[in-house]
Amino acid sequence: MQAVLDNFDLYLKAFGYTVALFIVAGILSMLLGTALAACRVGPVSILRKATAVYVTVTRNTPLVIIFATFSFMAPMLWSHLNFKWVEVSIGEFDFSPFFAAAVVSLTLYTSSFVCEALRSGVNAVPVGQAEAARAIGLPFAGVMRQVVLPQAFRASVPPLASVQIALIKNTSVAAVFGIAEATSRMRSFNNDFGSQRTEIFIAFAIGYIVIVELFSFGASRLERRWRVAR
Amino acid sequence: MRFIRTKAVLVSAALAVTLAACGDAGSDDKGRDVDADKDAAAALPDGSRMKEIADSGKVNIGVKFDQPGLGFKGATDDVPTGFDIEIAKILASKLGLKTSDINWVETVSDNREPFLTSGKVDLVLASYSITDDRRKVVGQTGPYMITGQQLLVKSDSDVDSIDDLKGQEVCSVTGSTSIDGINEHGAKGVGFDSYSECVQKVLDGTVSAMSTDGSILMGYAAENEGDLKVVGDEFTEERIGVGYSKKEPEMCQWINDSLTSAFDDGSWADAFELTLGKSGSETPEPPTLDECPAA
Amino acid sequence: MSASVLYDYPGPKTRARHRTYSVVTVVVLLAAVVWFFWRLQDHGQLEYDKWEAFVTPDYVRVILVDGLLQTLKMAAFAIVFAVAFGFVFGVGKLSEHAWARWPSWLVVEFFRAIPVLLLMVFIWYALGIKADNSAFWAVVMALTLYNGSVLAEVLRAGVLAVPKGQSEAAYAIGMRKTQVMMLIMLPQAVKIMLPAIISQCVVALKDTALGIYVVAPGLTYVVKQVYLEFHNQVPAILVVGSLYILVNLLLTGLATLLQRRYVGEKKQLDVPMVGNAATRPKTIA
Repeated sequence: MQAVLDNFDLYLKAFGYTVALFIVAGILSMLLGTALAACRVGPVSILRKATAVYVTVTRNTPLVIIFATFSFMAPMLWSHLNFKWVEVSIGEFDFSPFFAAAVVSLTLYTSSFVCEALRSGVNAVPVGQAEAARAIGLPFAGVMRQVVLPQAFRASVPPLASVQIALIKNTSVAAVFGIAEATSRMRSFNNDFGSQRTEIFIAFAIGYIVIVELFSFGASRLERRWRVAR
Repeated sequence: MRFIRTKAVLVSAALAVTLAACGDAGSDDKGRDVDADKDAAAALPDGSRMKEIADSGKVNIGVKFDQPGLGFKGATDDVPTGFDIEIAKILASKLGLKTSDINWVETVSDNREPFLTSGKVDLVLASYSITDDRRKVVGQTGPYMITGQQLLVKSDSDVDSIDDLKGQEVCSVTGSTSIDGINEHGAKGVGFDSYSECVQKVLDGTVSAMSTDGSILMGYAAENEGDLKVVGDEFTEERIGVGYSKKEPEMCQWINDSLTSAFDDGSWADAFELTLGKSGSETPEPPTLDECPAA
Repeated sequence: MSASVLYDYPGPKTRARHRTYSVVTVVVLLAAVVWFFWRLQDHGQLEYDKWEAFVTPDYVRVILVDGLLQTLKMAAFAIVFAVAFGFVFGVGKLSEHAWARWPSWLVVEFFRAIPVLLLMVFIWYALGIKADNSAFWAVVMALTLYNGSVLAEVLRAGVLAVPKGQSEAAYAIGMRKTQVMMLIMLPQAVKIMLPAIISQCVVALKDTALGIYVVAPGLTYVVKQVYLEFHNQVPAILVVGSLYILVNLLLTGLATLLQRRYVGEKKQLDVPMVGNAATRPKTIA
C-alpha cells in the first residue's frame, strides 16, 4: 500500500485521465449513438442498412484494433486526423493528440452499443403510442422526437447505463496507446514496486469500483425518477 | 575523440539496419552459431549458479524481439538476430552451451526486472541500460556497448536539440530509461511498447520527435530516408549492460571475465561486425567494464 | 420494411424525398470508400511489398497457426473455464445459505466492475511470470474471471426465468433442493442461456486482442511482428481487423441459429452487461 500512498498524486492523476476519457467519450457517444439509432429505425432503407453494417462491424471489432486504426491508420489517410490541433492543458492535465485519438476510438466503439440500447428502448415503447402519434398526423420526425424517443430514452436507461459502465472499463485500453491513465499507471507501479503487487492491484481496482458504483448509483436514481408509468 | 568514434558507430549501425531491412520476405540472415567453450565451462566454480546452469544444459536469456539491429525476431524466424543476441551467444558458450541450448525469452522494457527477480530468465541482454535505480533491484554489469540518447524528427523540422521540445510530447518506449531522459529535459514522454509505433507517430506528425539510443534511431532514419533525420547531441549516456539476479552475485565476475575474453579474442568485434557494423565500417574499441561490487 | 409503425406508408412526395436521401447517402458512402482507397494508394499502402507478407505462404501459415489458432485457443480455454466459473458462482448466488451467497456475490461483482485489462496486467506480473507461457495464461485467466462473472449473472437470470410452476411441481413430487436445481431448473435455464453464452464467446474473443499489452501470443502479436519487419501497419490493421470480424460474425450466426432452435421467438434473456449478439424479436422498429 505504501507505494500507492507515497505516489498518491500520480494515482489520482491517473484516475483523472480515466474519468476525463469516460466523460468526454460518454457524452459524445450518446450524441452519435442517438443519431445512429434514428437512422437505424428510420424510413430510408439505405441509411438503415448502412447503420446496421456500421453497428455490426464496430461491435465485432476488438477495441484495440479500433484504437490502432485511429492511432496509426487515420493520420496517414488524412493528416488532420493526427489531432495535432488538440493541445489543451487544464491545470495538471494535458489533453494531447493521444487523448483525442483515444476519445474518438472510444466514442465510435461505444456509440454503436448506445445505438443498440436505444433501439431496444424504442422497441419497448408500446405500439399504440406510435400509432396514436401517427393518427394525429405527426410525420416521422415528430413521432420520434415528441412521442417515441422521450419514452425510449427512459426505457433504455438500464441498458444505456450498462453501456456506459462498459465504457468506464474500456478506457483502460487507452493505456496501450500512450495515455497515463489508471491501468497504465498500475503497470508502471507494478514495475517499480514489485513486492507490493497485490496491494497496488487492489488499490487500482478499488478506484475503478468507486467510479463504476458512483455511476450506477446515479443511473439507478435516474431510472427510478424517470420510470414511465404504464 | 570518443564522440567522433561513436558517430562512426552510429552511421555503420544505421547502414546495417537498412541492409537488414532490405531483405526479402523471410530473410536468410539468421546470425551464426557459437560453439560451446568446454574449457571455460570446466573452470566454472562448483556450487555457483553458473555451474548449475551449465549442468542443466539450458540457459534462459531475456532479449528483445522488436528492435532491428539489437534484438529482433521476425514472424517466421526461430532464432532472434542482433548485437544483443550475439553477445548472449558468446556468454552461453562460456557456460559450455551451444547456441541451440539457449531458450530465448522475449522481454519488453517493463518486465525485465520481474523476469530476473522471479528467475524466469538467467540473464537479460535487452538493450538494458545500467542505472543506479535498476541496480537496487537486479544485478547489472558491463557495459558491452555505449551509446546515447538522441532525437528522431521529420526532415523538415527545425528541432535540433531536446531543449527545443520543452513542454511537448516526445515519444519513446514505456519503462525505458529513454523516457526518463526525456522528462528530465523538460519534455513530456509518451510511451508505446515498441519503437516502431513511435516512428509512425513522428511520421504522421502527432509528435514532433521521438528519442532513444542513437543506434536505434539511425536505423529508422535510414529506413525512412528523406522523411526522418536524427538530430542533436547525445544528451544522455546509455551504458548497455547485462542483467542478472541479485541473488546470484557470483554471476557478475563471471560475466565480466567472459566479456573481457570476448573483447580480447575478437569475438566481441565479430559480433559487432556481424550485426550493427555490417556495412564494413570501423568497429569501436570495447568499452571499459565496471568493477563488480564486493561480495 | 413498411411493417414499421413509426411512419406511414410513404406517398409520392415522401418517396421522392426518400429517394433523394438514398442517393445522397449512396454518394457520400461511395465517396468515402473511393477516398479511402485513393488515400491508401497515395501513401503506397496498396503496393505489393506492403501486402507481400499476407500472401507469402510461410507468413500466412504463421498468421493462421501462431496467430489465429492461438487466439482461438485462448478464447476457447477462457470460455470453457468461464462456464465452469459461472456455474459455480451463479449457483452460489442462488444459494439459500448466506455463507455461499455473499462470497459469490462479492466475487462476481468485483470481477465485473474492474477492467479486464487491469486484471490481465496484474495476473501477468503476479502469478504468471514464473510459468512458461505466462502471458497466454494471464489472458486466459483474466478472461475467465471476467466472463465467468458475467456468465454467473446470466445463469442466475436464466434460472429465475424458468417458470415458477416447474420448481413447485418438482417439489410437489418430492424432489430435494439439489435435485430440483440439477434436474429441473438448470437444464431449462441452460437452454435459455445458450445464445447469451455464445454472445459472451464473442466478447471473450474480442478481448483476446488485449493480450498485446502483456506480450501474449495470438493474432495481434504475430501481426505486430509482421509489421515490424515489413513496416506495413495499415495492411496489418486491416487484415487483423477483418479476421476478427469474420470469426465473430460466424459466432454470431451460430448464436442466432441456436436462439431460433432452442429459444424460439421468445424474448431474449435480458442481463445487464452482456453483449446481445443474437437477433431480437420483431417489434415496432
